[in-house]
Amino acid sequence: MAAFRVIKRDEPWRGGALVIVLGALAFSLSAAILMLAAQGKSPLQGALVLWQGTFGHLFALEDALRKAVPIFLCSLGVAVAFRMQVWNIGAEGQFALGAMAATWAALSFPALPKPLLLPLMFLAALAAGGLWAFIPAWLKLRFKVSEIITTLMLNYIAILLLDYLVFGVWKDPSSFGFPMTPEFSPNAILGPIGGTRLHWGLAVCAVAGVGFWAFFRFTILGYELKAGGEGARVARYAGLRYGFLVAFVMAVSGALSGLAGCVETSAALGRLQPSIMTGYGYTAIVVAWLARLEPLPIALASFLLALLRVGVENLQLEMQVPAAYGSIMEGLILLTVLAGQFFQTYRLERRRGE
Amino acid sequence: MDWEIIVALLAAAVQSGTPVLYATLGEMLSEKGGVLNLGVEGMMSVAALAAFLTAFLTGSPWLGFLAGGLAGACLASLHALVCIRFLGNQVVSGLALTILGLGLTHFFGTPYIGLAAPGFSKFALPGLGDLPGLGPVLFRQDALVYLSYVLPFVFWLVMRRTSLGMAITATGEMPAAAAAAGLKPLRLRALSAVGGGFLVGLGGAYLSLAYTHLWTNGLSAGRGWIAVALVIFAFWRPGRAVAGAYLFGGVMAFQLRLQATGTNLPSSLLLMLPYALTVIVLVLSAWRGHGTDAPAALGVNIEPEG
Repeated sequence: MAAFRVIKRDEPWRGGALVIVLGALAFSLSAAILMLAAQGKSPLQGALVLWQGTFGHLFALEDALRKAVPIFLCSLGVAVAFRMQVWNIGAEGQFALGAMAATWAALSFPALPKPLLLPLMFLAALAAGGLWAFIPAWLKLRFKVSEIITTLMLNYIAILLLDYLVFGVWKDPSSFGFPMTPEFSPNAILGPIGGTRLHWGLAVCAVAGVGFWAFFRFTILGYELKAGGEGARVARYAGLRYGFLVAFVMAVSGALSGLAGCVETSAALGRLQPSIMTGYGYTAIVVAWLARLEPLPIALASFLLALLRVGVENLQLEMQVPAAYGSIMEGLILLTVLAGQFFQTYRLERRRGE
Repeated sequence: MDWEIIVALLAAAVQSGTPVLYATLGEMLSEKGGVLNLGVEGMMSVAALAAFLTAFLTGSPWLGFLAGGLAGACLASLHALVCIRFLGNQVVSGLALTILGLGLTHFFGTPYIGLAAPGFSKFALPGLGDLPGLGPVLFRQDALVYLSYVLPFVFWLVMRRTSLGMAITATGEMPAAAAAAGLKPLRLRALSAVGGGFLVGLGGAYLSLAYTHLWTNGLSAGRGWIAVALVIFAFWRPGRAVAGAYLFGGVMAFQLRLQATGTNLPSSLLLMLPYALTVIVLVLSAWRGHGTDAPAALGVNIEPEG
């Protein structure tokens, strides 16, 4: 017999969420740092370099804020869908579509004045991301095909489409064969804030975040979405338009990721190139789940995981650790948090001698 | 196209379908017990590396093959721990496993890129290899392909004709009833999930030991996800998994050959074929209304009592 008995708590463990997330972070960080030893590198030095890379200087914090922008937007998108138990795993592809649509606008109308061109890029990206996500929604509603796999397959297809464009029709003739588009005209650039390296994508995040919160807090549709998360049958009994809701959340979800793609090309890169695909869409899923699909925690977790990416870049530079190290940590964090959440609803009790 | 090209293409289809077949059967076993594992992509990838490294260090491809299976089983037990013991969400845990697995592969595999390990080479089965048509396609392959011919049948036999198989099926359909009948659903689930992980790992091992003998990153290239989709396409039946896997193998082989012959079509568009086909295949199988053949308790965790 096991030494412990599982008992359901009478009410959820208050404050447990924070304890669990912190515990999971501590556990995963230590496990990941120990992993350096398996590669013959000093874990102690690794921890030090990681720390210096993240909190060592202001530059790193700026960098983290820049990286947090696409993660935050994608994660909001993922959260909209997850709130209705619709598994949109396609943020990565929707992000790519947004980036491509914004690039299309920027390359097609370079002479358009900024107040016209930027909105056009944003609209194109929102529409492209939304439509790309609408495909799996339609397949789910019309043919009952699981959106998990279709959104994923569309990720692969979107990335290949991006490759096709930057290696082909959009390639800069003066790029010495590198797969990248020409630099955007200044009118297509979402500029930096003041004299910092931060850009106005942060403002886009603020608007999107507040919009997300207000939508679920104040609108009937937002309320219906929460109720719709109980599943198709319950939703129909409650008189909700389940099909409409699914299509709606997927489109909004995709549009937000598309927006992230637009901001990233326009503000961070100033052109389109394959290096834009660094797995923000998958990190966004980790973030959304850590943050329990709430906007403020999503902002926090986005910053935290962006910080982690910056720290790993430092590790890469100083200790030749592959960038994939970051995904090991992300995976570990997510797994431990998932396991830890058990203790919010259950507690263990030592068995008396029987 | 002349006859010889068609035969070569079909033989290549069988070969490139084989890793997918192992992985599909693995995921099917896991799902039969009620555990949805979306970590297949990560598991195959880690298994490919574990198999490569083992074969590289010991010189024995068979030990490598075993190591691949064990690596898959290890990651699957992580999934089982999170979902079965700690009631974590199966969809999210599987995704986390894939993220972790791909990370581990790149982290530990990067120093070995370009190195070669002993693997499995093709040989003709005496007698059968000379059969007209069938011989060159089916019986001039490597040992792991021959093993995979028997596997679906064994899978079917175990699930349908043994009490263990039926107990696993019962756990996937109605864990409460299984428990009432005196079975141990938690243990059976863990068994099917870990056993499934082992099979998925064998599929991953095939990639580095037989498909290529060289190590490169990104060997799985979406095959894990295709395997998850094929379980649905196969209506949770091993026989149909064979058809599905070879169909995909065929498309992958066709696409590679088309690239090699220097077509005007850009390679990125050709590379889309398997992923697009996955979506089409899912739509077709849903059309026939077999999506409902899924084990009834698939993805639903068993709450502890008392």
